Amino acid sequence: MRKRHAHLSDEALVALVARGEESALAELYDRVGRVAYGLAFRVLRDERLAEDAVQEGFLALWRTAAAFRAERAKASTWILTLVHRRAVDLVRREERRRTEPIGEQVAAHAGESETTEEAAWLRFERERVQAALSELPDVQREAIELAYYGGFSQSELAERLGVPLGTIKSRMFAGLARLRELLDDAAPEGSWKPEFTN
Amino acid sequence: METGIHELTAGYALDALDTEERRTYEAHLADCGRCKVELASFWSVAEGLAVASSGPAPSSDLRGRILDAARAEPPVVVPFEPRRRRPLVPVLSVAAAVAAAVAIGLGIWASSLSSDLDSTRAALGNEREAAAIVADPSAQTVALQKGTGRLVVTPDGRAALALSGLDPAPAGKTYEVWVIAGSIPPAASGLFPGHEGAELVTIDRMVENGDVVAVTVEKAGGVKAPTQEPIVASKSV
Repeated sequence: MRKRHAHLSDEALVALVARGEESALAELYDRVGRVAYGLAFRVLRDERLAEDAVQEGFLALWRTAAAFRAERAKASTWILTLVHRRAVDLVRREERRRTEPIGEQVAAHAGESETTEEAAWLRFERERVQAALSELPDVQREAIELAYYGGFSQSELAERLGVPLGTIKSRMFAGLARLRELLDDAAPEGSWKPEFTN
Repeated sequence: METGIHELTAGYALDALDTEERRTYEAHLADCGRCKVELASFWSVAEGLAVASSGPAPSSDLRGRILDAARAEPPVVVPFEPRRRRPLVPVLSVAAAVAAAVAIGLGIWASSLSSDLDSTRAALGNEREAAAIVADPSAQTVALQKGTGRLVVTPDGRAALALSGLDPAPAGKTYEVWVIAGSIPPAASGLFPGHEGAELVTIDRMVENGDVVAVTVEKAGGVKAPTQEPIVASKSV
């Protein structure tokens, strides 16, 4: 099952999804579902809610795949965006955010159900991003992490941290721009799964 | 705060805008080339953050539940209207509207940019030609009368077959595509080796209204006229 569409790019699979091809949706889940769930779980800290977010994200993909344009974003980026937005909507509704580091809970699971190659790649990528995050000024990293992993909006963060909204906006922008630089610098050739090569 | 609106790109990429600000930003985004470029790069950074967050694995039945739920919905073929320029929401069912709203920021941003498909094709690369045809919103989907899959044909006659359930061609054999127009002999329109499970094949010949596209198994290297019964045949385009 897993290798059915292995020769097709993510973008070709999205095109097939837009034509109602279920097996292409299945293959995209096999490729991106693991990371999508990890992300949703990090935001929601609850297995059932995280699965809801992933399911709704993939159904959004199923319904709107025709809107996808490959020249503007990778398919994996788009799918993760759909799932993340759903997770954030849920966490705001559930008011169940917790912000303490997730630590051991995740470490204990990391590597589970991954093939060796996937596990190695994920570990590498994770370390690369974490190294880049650690280079950011504390206030910028805090703004990014609380927003992306905690699901806090900018105005909620301003209130929570007791700083003006404009300051939060600037921190987030400067932080992401810096992170982009750091990740570009640290990117070995073909780092994030190369889909357009061959 | 008109001056600060570009700065909202970061908050938007991280899903950290309040609803109203999100809408304001999306309206701005539709006409701001600078923000589109910036947002694309910030989304890539966000993807890195997603990967860095990897946690426990989902339960093994989530995949099946997603597929069941997808199957329970009518296939979304409606957006494939010629040159769709309207937002997605009106053409989707009410049930789909909620999900569409989730995607609509992306949709506006994405579809407002790409009236032509040349850029899509370039991005996909030549070998992705078939995917570009399948992704062409103006292309029509034609059912198969034999085999599993579908034929997709653009208004200017470029065509691709999306097939499933084919195995690799046996040793010394190849799959050969034919375009059949009325009483004229079938025209050889390309060879492919076959992949396990699924296949996306470009047709090396223009396909016109009334044509049938078929596939036979032939000796390696291909033949000038089919010698076997088709294993795949489309309905008339």
